[in-house]
Amino acid sequence: MSVIQLAGIERVFHLGDSVVHALTGLDVGIEAGEYVAIMGPSGSGKSTLLNLLGLLDRPDAGSYHLEGRDVTTLSPDEQAAVRSHRIGFVFQSFHLVPRLTAAENIALPMMLAGIPAAERAQRVAQALKDFGLDQRADHRPDQLSGGQRQRVAIARATIMQPAVLLADEPTGNLDRATGDEVIHLLEVLNERGMTLIIVTHDPKIGTRARRQLMMEDGELRHDSASTRLRQLDDNPPGPLSGMPAAKRNPGYAERGGDGVSPAAPAPGTPSPPLADPAAS
Amino acid sequence: MRNADVLRFARDAAAGYPLRTALSVLAMAIGVAAVVVLTSLGDGARRYVVEQFSSLGSNLVIVLPGRSATGGFSPANAVTTTPRDLTVDDAFALTRLSSVRRVAPLAAGNSEIKANGRLREVVVAGTASTYFEIRSFKMAQGAFLPEADWSRGAPVAVIGGKIQEEIFGGRSAVGEVIRLGDRRLRIVGVLKATGQGVGGMNTDEVIFVPVSIAQSLFNTHTLFRVLIEARSRDEIAAVKREVTALLKARHGGEEDITVITQDAVLATFDKLLRALTAGVAGIAAISLAVAGILVMNVMLVAVTQRTAEIGLLKALGARGATIRDAFLAEAAMISLAGALTGYGLGLFGAFVLRQIYPVFPAYPPDWAVIAALATALTTGLLFGIMPARRAARLDPVQALMKH
Repeated sequence: MSVIQLAGIERVFHLGDSVVHALTGLDVGIEAGEYVAIMGPSGSGKSTLLNLLGLLDRPDAGSYHLEGRDVTTLSPDEQAAVRSHRIGFVFQSFHLVPRLTAAENIALPMMLAGIPAAERAQRVAQALKDFGLDQRADHRPDQLSGGQRQRVAIARATIMQPAVLLADEPTGNLDRATGDEVIHLLEVLNERGMTLIIVTHDPKIGTRARRQLMMEDGELRHDSASTRLRQLDDNPPGPLSGMPAAKRNPGYAERGGDGVSPAAPAPGTPSPPLADPAAS
Repeated sequence: MRNADVLRFARDAAAGYPLRTALSVLAMAIGVAAVVVLTSLGDGARRYVVEQFSSLGSNLVIVLPGRSATGGFSPANAVTTTPRDLTVDDAFALTRLSSVRRVAPLAAGNSEIKANGRLREVVVAGTASTYFEIRSFKMAQGAFLPEADWSRGAPVAVIGGKIQEEIFGGRSAVGEVIRLGDRRLRIVGVLKATGQGVGGMNTDEVIFVPVSIAQSLFNTHTLFRVLIEARSRDEIAAVKREVTALLKARHGGEEDITVITQDAVLATFDKLLRALTAGVAGIAAISLAVAGILVMNVMLVAVTQRTAEIGLLKALGARGATIRDAFLAEAAMISLAGALTGYGLGLFGAFVLRQIYPVFPAYPPDWAVIAALATALTTGLLFGIMPARRAARLDPVQALMKH
């Protein structure tokens, strides 16, 4: 079953007298556990697409099914609940709350969801350990390096065990080495079963993904999955069903794997660290 | 989001901008402190006046000869031009009323006292032994007028402290014989100096004699006043009614006397000073409204400054209502902190006033404190609604782009 199914999505912005078609006639399906890069020049509509996928924006036409549920017709409060439980965001500029410590920033989505403080503390402690941040728990964002900040942001985005992780230029504010670490971290999360969608204009990052969506002028110009599918078994382009993620991307395990299990960890159960604390 | 978390989040947000938060807390505090101090002053003035009046004696009802009320034209008013005398017999008749505890007749006039080779003008008050208790006097020497038949008083006198001072100096005056007009009277007591009194009747300069002697001295049958003490405060109204009825019956069905109660005079002053206190409280409350606007301003700045944070909270799954509540809680906390600080400052201000003017009971009235705190919180919340709603309505995509 597709985790994301977009059909006939249109998004139009009115800037004064001119009308900008940010997205036109978009039909995309994304399977659970996929690793997708949305690429394209600036103004191509890739950020608008990400905002739509994250329920921060509504399409003017078309339907968006998230885990089989039509989310375009939900009320703002229902959409907030979906964002809270099913979607994680990672931003280019980290968007950490400056007055809160690393631990408090990570706990923020759980606090907003009304999870009791005791459970929050336990899950935050686990996340700090997993992301190699246990020495930085009480540091405020201005006391952290860029890489640490983005790791805090990723820990925050995944603390609610979302179905989809949306990353908007996650390495845009980082140097090459730190950026690679962050991408590696996201890939490990994907390996454990989390659907990962990265918006980037960096071809090096884009090609690491198993599937690339090329955007231009609000249209989907190229979808690497459909071409590869055609090459593989001559199927016409359609819903991407019944294809286990690992089989579709055979080269994946060598690239991203550190011997970690691809299964998503159950909440609260210990899992191997995602990042080496020594790297901080 | 849990309520405790909303409060903690709001507290941390307010603490994140200490100068701005401190300034709005200060503004709110000054407003509340102004209300507390000014109402302390106003209510202190009221209490001071009430206490001074109470020192005249409690449960007092006073009968004056003559009608003071002008009730429009009536045949009775047209016929009788001069009222009947209010006599000692009238006063004595009042002692039989059940609601009355004590009655004291009072005849007054000016005369000269001659003693110890000195001469002095004095106010003469002809009365009876009961006057002592009604006015709650205290003796410096000897005793007050003895109990006796009101129509045949003994030739004795009690003098005020100032007269004793001026005529006898430091010597004891009890047992001395003085001349008052054409009478020879023996002094039986000296009143303790009080230095107070209302209406020019300072008892320090008064000589008290039996009412019959005063009346023959001034060659009159009428009384200046009749002072009545009711059995209790609740019976003042009954005394007033019964006295009026009895004297009306004794004066041939004509109501030619006026009955006033100390309560009425006191109530007037009380009302006046309460209005004054409420007035200054109202003026001080304006500063609370100004403080409320300041809180709104601060919260609007906070929304603008934290736009990106609001966008983030929405992306992390915060509902509009949650964001609104967080900002409202922040405004409420600033107002509450200001109100409590102001209350403390106001109490301190009232304390300083009491140290400077010890006779002045400058305590803030309860209603003013409650009203000030409630106004501070209400204005803070009311002016917090608009910024909070603005925050809740922010478009997350736009908000996230801000830095």
